[in-house]
Amino acid sequence: MKGASAQRAVARGGDNQLVVEGVSKKFGGVTAVQDVSLEVPRGGILSIIGPNGAGKTSLLNMISGFYKPDSGRIVLEGTEITHRKPSAIAALGIARTFQNIALFSGLTVLDNLMLGRHVRMKAGVFASVVYWGRAQREEIAHREACEEIIEFLKLQDLRKQQTAALAYGLRKRVELGRALALEPKVLLLDEPMGGMNQDEKEDMARYILDVNQERGVTVVLIEHDMGVVMDISDRVVVLDRGGRIAAGTPEEVQRNPKVIEAYLGAAKSGAQT
Amino acid sequence: MFHRESGYFKTTYAADGGLYPLPIAKWTVGVLLVGFILLPTISTVVSGAVSAEYYVSVVNLILIAVVGALGLNILVGYTGQISIGHAGFMSVGAYTAANLAVKLDLPFWITLPAGGLMAAFIGVIVGIPSLRIKGLYLAIATLAAQLIIEWVINHTPAISGGSQASIEVPRPTVLGHPLKTQRELYYFLLFFAVLSIVATLNLVRSRIGRAFVAIRDQDIAAEIIGINIFRYKLTAFAISSFYAGVTGVLYTYYLGIANYENFLITTSIDYLAMIIIGGLGSVLGSILGAIFVTLLPIVIRLFMESFGTLLFSASDLNNIIPATRLGLFGLLIIVFLVVEPEGLNRLWRNIRNYFRVWPFSY
Ligand SMILES: Nc1ncnc2c1ncn2[C@@H]1O[C@H](COP(=O)(O)OP(=O)(O)OP(=O)(O)O)[C@@H](O)[C@H]1O
Ligand SMILES: [Mg+2]
Repeated sequence: MKGASAQRAVARGGDNQLVVEGVSKKFGGVTAVQDVSLEVPRGGILSIIGPNGAGKTSLLNMISGFYKPDSGRIVLEGTEITHRKPSAIAALGIARTFQNIALFSGLTVLDNLMLGRHVRMKAGVFASVVYWGRAQREEIAHREACEEIIEFLKLQDLRKQQTAALAYGLRKRVELGRALALEPKVLLLDEPMGGMNQDEKEDMARYILDVNQERGVTVVLIEHDMGVVMDISDRVVVLDRGGRIAAGTPEEVQRNPKVIEAYLGAAKSGAQT
Repeated sequence: MFHRESGYFKTTYAADGGLYPLPIAKWTVGVLLVGFILLPTISTVVSGAVSAEYYVSVVNLILIAVVGALGLNILVGYTGQISIGHAGFMSVGAYTAANLAVKLDLPFWITLPAGGLMAAFIGVIVGIPSLRIKGLYLAIATLAAQLIIEWVINHTPAISGGSQASIEVPRPTVLGHPLKTQRELYYFLLFFAVLSIVATLNLVRSRIGRAFVAIRDQDIAAEIIGINIFRYKLTAFAISSFYAGVTGVLYTYYLGIANYENFLITTSIDYLAMIIIGGLGSVLGSILGAIFVTLLPIVIRLFMESFGTLLFSASDLNNIIPATRLGLFGLLIIVFLVVEPEGLNRLWRNIRNYFRVWPFSY
């Protein structure tokens, strides 16, 4: 299955949709990310792996605009986004999920998804206050788009439930739904299967593949489960202590002695999850 | 209201997003509206013209408070920001309208939106720090705004109209007819209260209102889905202080005079009490809170005048009543914050849910 999407990526021109060029980020004395570069091919699934504290989340935070890199550049489809606001980057079509779920807990599943479509909707204050007419038409059109996602993620029974009341695995799924609602070009997923049991992981992997193959969304995935990573990724980038130590196809990366070393080292020091 | 929803299924997204969850609720709203339109007539029939004028004047105060409470709830309850300066925004609206009405002889349908817009403008300026500061610090910043606005109005004769800092305004005129009695003012105020309620209900069920709630619940996630936090916080301040400005204008027309003493910090706190007691982030809660907080001092006064004279002299009573009122408000705010943070609105929902399936409790 990964072969197919990679081939399609080539068929579409095989260009790199998202390019990270030598970004670094320090927090006080801690170097979170050190001169990391990577290219995300259009239509592919790229995984970022590495031991705890390797700088994976920090890298994602720089792509989505939460952290400003100390140096380096981030380019989406030829447009530099390094110094843009998170909301502006979202509007350009980069959606993401969080390692620690960040849903709007007081709102329903449906409202969370509708909020995911915020940048696709237009109603301003005046249209909203008047409601009947433009705002209502827009609500209905976007409700239909959300219902399509609800169906895709099998959330039909939960659409009017508050997300705070949902089980952990379901909340992860709703968060994926909210990101999809934005109709992203690039989807950043920070450990979407963290804390899940095997069944839930398989479901989530299936959804990610469907998103990638059927909706043609480029995926950047952070994941600790090596089985899943090797199964669904087109390319893998390995970080360790802030630096990039390897990159390539899953097979290449698995054989790379530096990678084995990093993981064994981490296992020895007890930091491996 | 007490409706049972079983046996009715929504078949369109338009119905699902409607203001009334059930078709029969439209009837309830219709009946309520007719009741409100007939209210002055009914009270005249029941209690005579003189008492009716007094009762209607109390209802008028509630109608004005509803507008202000809705506005404050948009900012505090829905967006999760805080303002202790809302009475200041009300006085901005009041003096803007009074000056326009007196100096330029403009009618209410110009002075009213003008007062709202001027308050919104000041509200946005006061809201700017909300990007950087939250909670207690924002509370203090808005408190400072309240005091600065009071001071500026008091020290600028061009705004305040001279030594008493008060400006008498002519009665609002509708179709060439000046609204003199409380009954006439009632319909004027009812119109704006209903307009505010509908506008707020629409706002909170559409894109902008959802963005406000997103900022309140999870500002990081709000940003990641593309909500420009700064712009939306300022929008919330603008809308909220627009309502406050309109409230100030309505109150000015109600009294026939603009006076900053009606918009001191205690008024800001009254409005905070309304939304906390009524229910944060709830339109119905804003209305219930406005009713409760407006009626409470009147009830206290009635009670004290009937029974207080047994214990205190009449002159003492004049000091005791306001003190009792303040103390009771403080107590109620604390009790509601601790025991029922969702306010009267929640109590109402509980009662309604109980009757919804009554007499079956499962
Ligand atoms: N906001 C921050 N302030 C200070 N230090 C930070 C911050 N964010 C990340 N770091 C530090 O940067 C380093 C990399 O953290 P990061 O969260 O990116 O790692 P990770 O690869 O995502 O780890 P995990 O697998 O545990 O999620 C860590 O040492 C972390 O403590
Ligand atoms: Mg992480």
